[in-house]
Amino acid sequence: MIGITHFLVVGALLFTLGLYTVLSRRNAIAILMGIELILNAGALNFASFAHFVEGGIEGVVFSVFVIVLAAAEAAVAMAIVLAIYQNLKNIQADTLDAMQG
Amino acid sequence: MSAYTVAFYALSLLTLLSAWVVATSRNIVYSGFAMIFTFLGVAGLYILLAADFLAAMQVLVYVGGITVVILFAIMLTRGIEDPTSSNPVMNRPASALAASGVLAMLLVLIFNTDWRLRQTAPLEPGEGISGDLGELFLGKYLLPFEVVSVLLLAALIGAVIIARRETRGDDEGGAA
Repeated sequence: MIGITHFLVVGALLFTLGLYTVLSRRNAIAILMGIELILNAGALNFASFAHFVEGGIEGVVFSVFVIVLAAAEAAVAMAIVLAIYQNLKNIQADTLDAMQG
Repeated sequence: MSAYTVAFYALSLLTLLSAWVVATSRNIVYSGFAMIFTFLGVAGLYILLAADFLAAMQVLVYVGGITVVILFAIMLTRGIEDPTSSNPVMNRPASALAASGVLAMLLVLIFNTDWRLRQTAPLEPGEGISGDLGELFLGKYLLPFEVVSVLLLAALIGAVIIARRETRGDDEGGAA
């Protein structure tokens, strides 16, 4: 019988892969992919709690908010990445230190 | 094994294997396309959780929107010129150590917490919660719903303004 722990373990593994992507990538776009994986893991956990834990289905409401915020974040992040690329011809996150002074 | 169990393991495998490709592929285009399968797998898991509206949103917004935006960003930057090193990796051991430490903590918490599970049986996939969800959005959660709408509008206007900035032929400004 599939219970809440199964879904939470899948969410935890997805979060871990996203965290590893964010920590190990140099390309800013790849880092954003990792952030999307992390947000997906969070939304999956919210939906699991709404389904299995007593109370209402508020978890699904917050999953929808997570999806909306991820869309807004992706749009702004892509605009910033393209603006940086236009200016500096480079999107390797560890070399973008022009504002470091 | 019931069909539900088989579907759960198949969708989890799809999600996690493609997330593994996103995390480890040397070619960023492969990472971008693997992300589509990760999002589809998560949409399937939402259906198993009886969250049909959420699954539809996942497919529309993530598979149809965010991956397309990310693939466009990959193709508009220099990322795909050299497929063998378009997605370089740094600090691999330290990243793996940090990520597995977080995973260990999460697993300990998941298996040691006494979740207050529903006494009644959970919803079956297919029963649907879209009606209840709509009432929550336009009732109890009306204010967050409106705030999130304004935030989305502001983010999209901001994205357009940032991306439209003309910098061609302005090399000193870019280097400063």
